[in-house]
Amino acid sequence: MRLTQGAFSFLPDLTDAQIAKQVQYCIDKGWAVNIEFTDDPHPRNTYWEMWGMPMFDVKDAAGIVFELNECRKAHAGHNYIRVSAFDSTHTWESLRLSFITDRPADEPGFALERQEVDGRAIRYTTRSYAAQRPEGTRY
Amino acid sequence: MNALIDDVKTADATEAVDLAAEFNNSGLVEVFDELDRDLIGLAPVKKRLREIAALLLVDRARARFGLNAVSPTLHMSFTGNPGTGKTTVALRMAEILHRLGYVRKGHLVTVTRDDLVGQYIGHTAPKTKEILKRAMGGVLFIDEAYYLYRPENERDYGQEAIEILLQVMENQRDDLVVILAGYADRMERFFMANPGFRSRVAHHIDFPDYSQGELFEIGGRILAGMNYKLSAEAGEAFTRYIELRILQPHFANGRSVRNALDRARLRQANRLFAAGKPVTAEDLVTILAEDILVSRVFSGGIDSYPPIRS
Repeated sequence: MRLTQGAFSFLPDLTDAQIAKQVQYCIDKGWAVNIEFTDDPHPRNTYWEMWGMPMFDVKDAAGIVFELNECRKAHAGHNYIRVSAFDSTHTWESLRLSFITDRPADEPGFALERQEVDGRAIRYTTRSYAAQRPEGTRY
Repeated sequence: MNALIDDVKTADATEAVDLAAEFNNSGLVEVFDELDRDLIGLAPVKKRLREIAALLLVDRARARFGLNAVSPTLHMSFTGNPGTGKTTVALRMAEILHRLGYVRKGHLVTVTRDDLVGQYIGHTAPKTKEILKRAMGGVLFIDEAYYLYRPENERDYGQEAIEILLQVMENQRDDLVVILAGYADRMERFFMANPGFRSRVAHHIDFPDYSQGELFEIGGRILAGMNYKLSAEAGEAFTRYIELRILQPHFANGRSVRNALDRARLRQANRLFAAGKPVTAEDLVTILAEDILVSRVFSGGIDSYPPIRS
């Protein structure tokens, strides 16, 4: 099951040229671009591991694509990698754009668990099949 | 470079490209006019810059006809004595390359050894990469580049920085242009010890020393920029000052001239203050001969701080 988090996730994977253009857009807006990765695809897993520092002072997308490629060397194939752009202007102070650039070849998806409580009430839980194995061996 | 080729429509083989018009349209005329106006002397440097611009324009025209143009190596080394305008030209270079579309942003990142080389094992690579990332899309100017290589210490981390630099210079030629600068003899030694650098740097530009006339002109330019002027006698005194100063050690071309004028301004201010009279605008902008003649240079000393004892 294809993970659909962040922008562009219903589109085919972006090419490097497309990623560079999106990143350049973020830089031109003055947002700090980050590269993050994780092997826990649960939608509530908001904070992914950061690859290096947020790149505040990079002026051109080539620098970020360079770093993305470094991250891919270490993590591609068994991690999700995403690029996010943080807007630090007052009243925004939050992510403005986030999109997945790399995903594992095989995405097993999520199980929906129904827990019957208090008579006929039901609580729902999603659980990633991948996350059942320990960290680092999931994909 | 790639983005550039994408944007340009392929022309018919019969169509002609007017290079002069290309030159005018790219806005390079103003850059070169400014260069001629603002930078005194440096004829070989200006000639070389024009040659590079011509090469890039021709490459662009070739791309228009679908002729495969390998993006040229634009890494450069600027050699010359202190104060000959290497940094100033590097700044202009960034702008020229930007106008020609060879760097996307045209910013200049100036670094020296301590920005690239770390203090402990494993510190150098991230530091160098950080700088390279910042410079991408623009020009990386490495001042006193020969300090990167310290042959006397084989465990020096400079070597690591050099390796990363070389790798990026080779693989990401489209993304950034590296300019190395330093004194001619030491740069020569640096290139001898790092043959990888020599082959990756296509343009070696030598900055000549300024002549006395040029230095005087530079002085005039600096003063005009600060709204000062030399009286006629002060002009003569300044000419003599330059004659004497050139022969002394630690002479740093344009920089020495600027320092000398800064000191002359200081003396002028003191003179006006000590006179205790109301001053006119004319007094405030004029530097008199006595402000210059007090300089240690005229009494055989060196006009530098701290004073060098003989």
